[in-house]
Amino acid sequence: MKCQKCDKTATFHITELAGGKPKELHLCEEHARDYLAENETTEEAAEPAETLGQQLAVGQTVEQLAKLDKQACPVCGITFFDFRSKGRLGCSHDYVCFEKELEPLLVNIHGETAHTGKRPKRSPTDTDRLTDLIRLRKDLKTAVQAEDYERASQVRDEIRRLEGDKK
Amino acid sequence: MAAVDLEELVRSTGEWLRGSGPESDVVMSSRIRLARNLADYPFISRASPADRTEIEKTLREGIRKLGEAFHVSYLDVSKLEGLDRQFLVERQLISREHADSEGARGVAIDDNEQVSLMINEEDHLRIQVLKSGFDLAAAWEKINAIDDQIESFATYAFHERLGYLTACPTNVGTGMRVSVMLHLPALVITRQIDKLFRSLQKISLAVRGLYGEGSQAMGDFYQISNQITLGRSEEELVKQVSEVVPSIIDYERKAREYLVRESKQNLHDRVSRAYGILRTAQTISSEETMHLLSSVRMGVNLGLIPELQIPTLNQLFIHTQPAHLQKLSGSELDTADRNIERARYLRAHLNTEDGAADKN
Ligand SMILES: [Zn+2]
Ligand SMILES: [Zn+2]
Repeated sequence: MKCQKCDKTATFHITELAGGKPKELHLCEEHARDYLAENETTEEAAEPAETLGQQLAVGQTVEQLAKLDKQACPVCGITFFDFRSKGRLGCSHDYVCFEKELEPLLVNIHGETAHTGKRPKRSPTDTDRLTDLIRLRKDLKTAVQAEDYERASQVRDEIRRLEGDKK
Repeated sequence: MAAVDLEELVRSTGEWLRGSGPESDVVMSSRIRLARNLADYPFISRASPADRTEIEKTLREGIRKLGEAFHVSYLDVSKLEGLDRQFLVERQLISREHADSEGARGVAIDDNEQVSLMINEEDHLRIQVLKSGFDLAAAWEKINAIDDQIESFATYAFHERLGYLTACPTNVGTGMRVSVMLHLPALVITRQIDKLFRSLQKISLAVRGLYGEGSQAMGDFYQISNQITLGRSEEELVKQVSEVVPSIIDYERKAREYLVRESKQNLHDRVSRAYGILRTAQTISSEETMHLLSSVRMGVNLGLIPELQIPTLNQLFIHTQPAHLQKLSGSELDTADRNIERARYLRAHLNTEDGAADKN
């Protein structure tokens, strides 16, 4: 049997059992090493990013999906399309701004939509307000670059106020 | 916080390899990891190099300030050579993804290699606790305490309803992955492994095994872990994995007993031949080594090779991997030279006076 990625003989036959059905892979030593490297033998079997993205597209019309794909997070700028294609979110505010869109995916993966476990002891509340800091630090950089020192000092004050909030 | 002495690490073995934990004839190790992110920085995929540097600094400094009670040393992974990073992956102290990524990142490791804190992996922080044998309860107790200590200075991204927020939605909620590494050679020989896989999938546990030629697993090692991270408490997740392990251990031991009873001669022959090859080969691949060490490991557990100890074998599984071999021999080697060096290393460690390997 040949390696699925090149012409060498496949000496490694890998079975992935994460998710529903087993997936068979036949690879040469080199490609098997790459594959296992990517998929992290020592870690858990994570869902490949692409499958995550595909799950999100299910049940959407082309127009709906096209419109959804253009939506972007105001904090980190990631579009829904970026997330769908990479399977990784851009910042914690994405869970807020894409809340509805992520829900079916969470049900699909976990069968549940609410956390019931541990909470941080010192700061056991919602931290979404702190994502403003991400935006403000970007603003500060822009203001400094534009030599708009008045704006920069305003932003700096706001950052200090919010950082005080963290404690 | 002291810097990690890599050369010293090369020659030592982690606590989890000592084979001293509960049920260590079947369970190699128990591991729990928690994924955490700082609330005021973007996730890694959207973090600028400056963000990454600040995340790394915040976490590193914070961990350092936890002080002497928190016994860890630090390694700047971004400054390490490829071989050293590969070495840490083989040692299970960092992930492959962490080794191969770019930009500011590091790892804090405790003295006996039970705890590793990876900074700037897929999430800002990945806390890992690794224990020898079947010891998930102790692993949870330890990682829970470490998490509290870190949370005393770091504000984690947290959502009222969704819990701890992670870069990938597969980890959201508890951010926790509970896993055990099992050695199941008898279930492989008696062809019962597929049946076991199917029953575990039904209760949403993930199983991984690596197959070589002839559907023989690489070293007959399988990892079982939870897939769900949201909607169950950490204790429930620990319980879910913990409850299934004793029956797998039982299943494997029964298969071993069956082999001893029904075909002791064949079994003894298989084990002895494996031991013989490992002690005499002049060149040997990593795959063949794993395969033979697996038979020998089972043989030792069944009392067929009285002069060998489990910790020695566990150590050989790790020390014969590519980066370890190169670090131990002090030179970079290509595949062919590695195979020769591996055979030499095995002969040296399996042919000492009383059969037991020396420590170096
Ligand atoms: Zn190939
Ligand atoms: Zn975002």
